Parts: sequence; structure tokens; C-alpha cells
Amino acid sequence: MLERLEVPDDVARRLMELGFVPGSRITAMFSAPGGDPCIYRVNGCEIALRLETARKLLLRTTSPKARQAL
Amino acid sequence: MSDCHSCSACGYSFAAMGQARKPFPPGGPKVVVLVGPPNSGKSTLFNRLTGLRQKVANFPGVTVEERMGKVSVDGREVLLIDLPGIYGLEPRSEDERVARDVLFGQMRGVARPDAILLVLDATNLPRHLILAAPVLALGLPTMVLLNMADELTSRGGKVDVEALADQLGAPVALISAVKGQGLETVFEFLAGAMKVSLLAEVPHLCDAQRRYQWAGQIREKVSYHPPAPPLWSRRLDALFLHPIFGPLILCAVIITVFQAMFSWAQPLMQGIQALIGLCGRLLEYWLPDSAWRSLLVDGVLGGTGSVIVFLPQVLLLFLFIGVLEDSGYLARASLIADRTMAMVGLQGKSFIPLLSAYACAVPAILAARTIENKRDRIATILIAPFMTCSARLPVYTLIIAAFLPERSLIGPLLGTRAAALLGLYVLGFTAALGTARLLKSSILRSEQTPFVMEMPPYRWPTLHSLGLRMIDRSKIFLRRAGTVILTVTVLLWAMSHLPLRNGVAPRIEDSLTGTLGRTIEPVIKPLGFNWKIGAGLITALAGREVIIGTLATIYGIEGEGRSGGLEAALRRDLTPGGAVALLVFFAFAMQCMPTLLVVWRETGGWKWPLLQFAYMGVLAYTGALAANFIVTAFLSHS
Repeated sequence: MLERLEVPDDVARRLMELGFVPGSRITAMFSAPGGDPCIYRVNGCEIALRLETARKLLLRTTSPKARQAL
Repeated sequence: MSDCHSCSACGYSFAAMGQARKPFPPGGPKVVVLVGPPNSGKSTLFNRLTGLRQKVANFPGVTVEERMGKVSVDGREVLLIDLPGIYGLEPRSEDERVARDVLFGQMRGVARPDAILLVLDATNLPRHLILAAPVLALGLPTMVLLNMADELTSRGGKVDVEALADQLGAPVALISAVKGQGLETVFEFLAGAMKVSLLAEVPHLCDAQRRYQWAGQIREKVSYHPPAPPLWSRRLDALFLHPIFGPLILCAVIITVFQAMFSWAQPLMQGIQALIGLCGRLLEYWLPDSAWRSLLVDGVLGGTGSVIVFLPQVLLLFLFIGVLEDSGYLARASLIADRTMAMVGLQGKSFIPLLSAYACAVPAILAARTIENKRDRIATILIAPFMTCSARLPVYTLIIAAFLPERSLIGPLLGTRAAALLGLYVLGFTAALGTARLLKSSILRSEQTPFVMEMPPYRWPTLHSLGLRMIDRSKIFLRRAGTVILTVTVLLWAMSHLPLRNGVAPRIEDSLTGTLGRTIEPVIKPLGFNWKIGAGLITALAGREVIIGTLATIYGIEGEGRSGGLEAALRRDLTPGGAVALLVFFAFAMQCMPTLLVVWRETGGWKWPLLQFAYMGVLAYTGALAANFIVTAFLSHS
């Protein structure tokens, strides 16, 4: 479960438009060879983010898989 | 319910807040705008509705592509405008500003719309609904189209269309643009025969989070069942993003594209060349010998012909990019390439433009439009011409064949000539990466904008959309050949045939081209070039491969003859040092007017193309100077 986005405003806005709104459920899916960037499933679609961005999305963990991924 | 009366982020207030939508103007709508988020299938629908009756241009003053087309509805013409994909109407990005200006009727030269087709992805409704709030609040007659309805049902999702229409206060229809299903309701709307002024209060919220809450409430009320995640998409991802197979498949794809562009296009290109040659001979047979005949055959036909020959290659490239993009693989390829691109400060989305630049920098620079970050986009545009384009290939082949004897290096696999050619490809690529690094750490340094990319599910590309895309690109390509390149070739022809002496065209060394070549001779002498190469370099501004024609003409005129072969003539005229210098010069120099013009158009000014021209010129000159010096010194020692 996404709690907070600790990124600059314009990045936050873009992420929110793509479905990264606080309260939504995020699942880590495949990652590119080498582990970065990684695809996340959120609000019904799949978005790729670099790890440096993904790390700034603060989560409330709901499943062990999500904790592992972020 | 309106929370956003004076929201500063929007910068404007909505006039039509909470009011009923306006009815159609008498006689039905004349100008209709297609609005939708990226990946909603908006452009597919646009192609479906307009077919070949469309044109692509830039909106005045901006680099956002404007697509307009006409649809006949009941014997009346409706103008359809396709807007760039957007998520909201706040004017924060260039796309959004353009969309907002068009919708408000404030875009110069674009008629004020009197109806809107809002296209949303039915399989992704909650997220796409967030655009509905600001668009519906505009108060124009609007129809909401839920695209990809076939996919929604086949994956077990459903939505109550009537409930959604009640909630949104606008007619709603399920369609499939790819299959052409449900379009009759769209035509009914375009004919003005549909009741559009339903009453419903739609809030206009700027804040994405509130728009999601609103979309969430609607989603409950219209009993939306999201479709199951596409299983085969996941299986394909497991393969294409596999740590080992993923990169291998990517390499195989790239090699196939290359192979196709070089070998499959060959017969077609030879065919076109033969056809142009035949036309030339027919004209020579029919027309009396005169300056006009020479202008027509050597200037117009020869000049534009040498460019039209590349049409099969350009078409194949766009066919491949089309297949890769429509199928969804391109997004995965960018994902795999992202790490490598990050090393020089770029991102995964620069990968495709750079790959296409191996065919031609012009389509590559157009392909850079998919990069949202402006600085990354400019950096990609600036380095694209370093990639070894197909126009360099004939020049490389000629010089290598003239100076390097063919010997095998690794058995039958790699010969000296192929190795030299490969080396030139690597040289261009290295220059591109080095320049990217330089740009991104100096004038184009940007905040690390995060790489954010939507991964669409895999889909079969349709012949319809691939065909339209190729027709579209050939039109642009041929129009360019017919305008810019025609002008330049006629100009060059005139320069080689003027000034007239007693009504007779001068020998090439006395012509303007020859004089110019002689004028720059002192400058290019240190590189090992004489005035003939200089004249060739000047004419090569029209297109790199033009130098071959020029040199053939010059040597032909001097009586050394084409029979002796251009290769032999070059061997007599150039030192080995000069030959290597010429190769290096071609690898680095920006000798391509069409590319410069496209860069000018795409970056909206002369600043970047001039900088690019100067930078590449300096690099080419110093590189060639060094090459000539080193090779000459090396040869005199051994």
C-alpha cells in the first residue's frame, strides 16, 4: 500500500496520474535484466520505474513480496 | 461538489461549472476534437475514422504534432483533430498546453471545436476516468468512447454503460477501434443526431488524488469489473525480460532489422535505380541535347532519384518500428536498454531514435518525439547524426574498396574490408556516446528526471495501422524529396554549369562548384584533400552520397573516364592518409541539409542545428587532420 511520495512535485504529479496515488496497492513484477528498472503493477496497469525513483515511494507493507521489492 | 474554484495550479477558472452541456450547433458539429490519455487507442480510432484523408503537421509555434482529418457524415464534412495523449488539462507540459489551447479555441490557426470525442481504455477505466472530469467540465457536447471493449470482454471484465452515461452526463459507447466495432454510434454522434445535453454534475478537480477518489466512486456505481491481468502478456514478459534470453532476443531483433534494411531492401532499391536510369535514357532519347535536358536528367532526375532510392529502406524501417511499437515490444526494449543509456546520462527512450538513425537521421529525429524530457530529447537529436546512416554507406564502401585490399582476417567470417566498415560504425557510435556524455554533463544537464514508462500489454499489430503508418511516412519522405532536395539539387546543378562561357557550360573546374572547391582548397589541404574532393564535399551537403556522383562527373570530365573506374581515379588522386581522413571526415561531419532542416523544425529555432553543424564540423576537421597526420607518419616510417 502506497503511503507517501517523497519526490519533487512535478514527478509526484506524473506518478499520480499513472496511478501511484496514496492508498493504492503496488505489486512488483518483472525487472529488466540486471534488476533495474523494474515493472510495478498499480491500479490495473504496469509501469516501469528505476529503483532510484521506486525507493522514494514510501509503502506500508501488506505482503512480504512488496517489502522485498522496494 | 466543485472543490476547485480558484485552484492556482490550474491557472484558469471553469466557466461551465456544473451546468448542463451545450447542445450541438445547428446542422451538427463541424470541428470535433479527439481527446484521450496516452495508450487509449485514440490514434487508431482517428485512422479508422479518417482513413487516408488526413494530414500531419506541427501545431504553429510548437513541436507537438497536429493530426487533422476529414470524415464524411451524411454528405457533410466534419473536421477531426487528434490531440496528443494527455492525463489532465493543467498546462504543465507542452502537450497539455496545446490540448488545452485547442479545446478552449485559443490555438492560433485552429478552429474552435464544437464537440469532443473522449477516448478511454475500457480495460483501464479507473485510471483513464480521471481525464473525464476536466474534459466534461468544459461543457462542450461530448461523447465518451470506451475503447478496447473486445479485450475487456475477452478478459472477463464488464461495465454498465448506461449507468456510466448517467454518472457522467454524456453518451457512452463501447467500441473497438482496432476491429472497427461500435463505430456506428460514433458516426451518429458526428452527425449531430445524438442527444448530448444530459444533466449531471461533474466536479473539476485539479488534484490527481481527488480525481482518483471521484473516479473510484463512479467505478462503484457503474459496477465496473476490471479485466483479469493478461496472462500471456506476463508469460511473454518472463521471456523477453529474462536475464539471459531477454538481451539475446533484443540483439536478434536488432540484427534482423539491420539485415532487412541492408539486404531485403537491396533488390527494391536496385529496381528503383534501374527505373530512374531508364527514365533518364528515355528523356535523353526524346529531348534534343540542350542545357534544359541536362538540367532535367542530371539535375532533377539524378538528384531526387538518388534520394528516392532510399524509400524502400525508410519504409522497411518504419514497418519494423511499427510492428515493434504496436506489439508492445518496444517498451520492453527500452526497458532493457535503459541501464546502458543511463551510463551516458540518457534514458531508455533514446534507444529507438538512435537505432533508427542507422538508417537515416531524419526519421530518427522525428522518432525522438516520444522522449518527454526536453533536454534528453535535444541531446538525442544532437547525437543521432553520428550514427552511421545509410547515405554514408556507399561513400565508405567506395573508399574502402579503392584503398584496402580484401584479405581475410578471421577465416571466411571477417575480411579486412568488412572490419574497416565495422570500425567506422564503432567510430560513429563512440562519437555519439561521447557527445551525449559531454552534453548531459554541460549545457543539457538536467535534474535526473525519473524514467517512468507505461508497459502496454502485448497486442497483435494490425495491417491497417501498419499500412497507414507506412503511407504516412512515405508521403512525408517524398514531399521532402520533392521540395527541399529538389531545390538543392537544381541549385547544385546550376552551380556546376554556370557561369556560361559564350553560351556554353564551363568545364567543371571553371564552374561555380569548381571555383568554390578551389577556394576552400587551402583549408582542406592539411587533411590531404584537393579541390575535387572539396567540390564533392560541398555538393555532399545535399546528401552524403551525392559526393560519388560529383566525383564521377569531375573525373569523367577530366577524361580519366568512368571506364577506368572511380576507384582507380581516387587511388591516383588521394594519398592513403587522405583516404582515411576522408572516411573520418564523413563519419563526423554534419553534411546533410535535410537533417539540419528537420532539427530546425523539431527544436523550433536555429540555435541547435547551428551548434550541431559547428560542433560536428570542428570534430570532423580535427579528426580528419589527425587521421591524415598519423597515417602519413606511420606509412613513411614503415
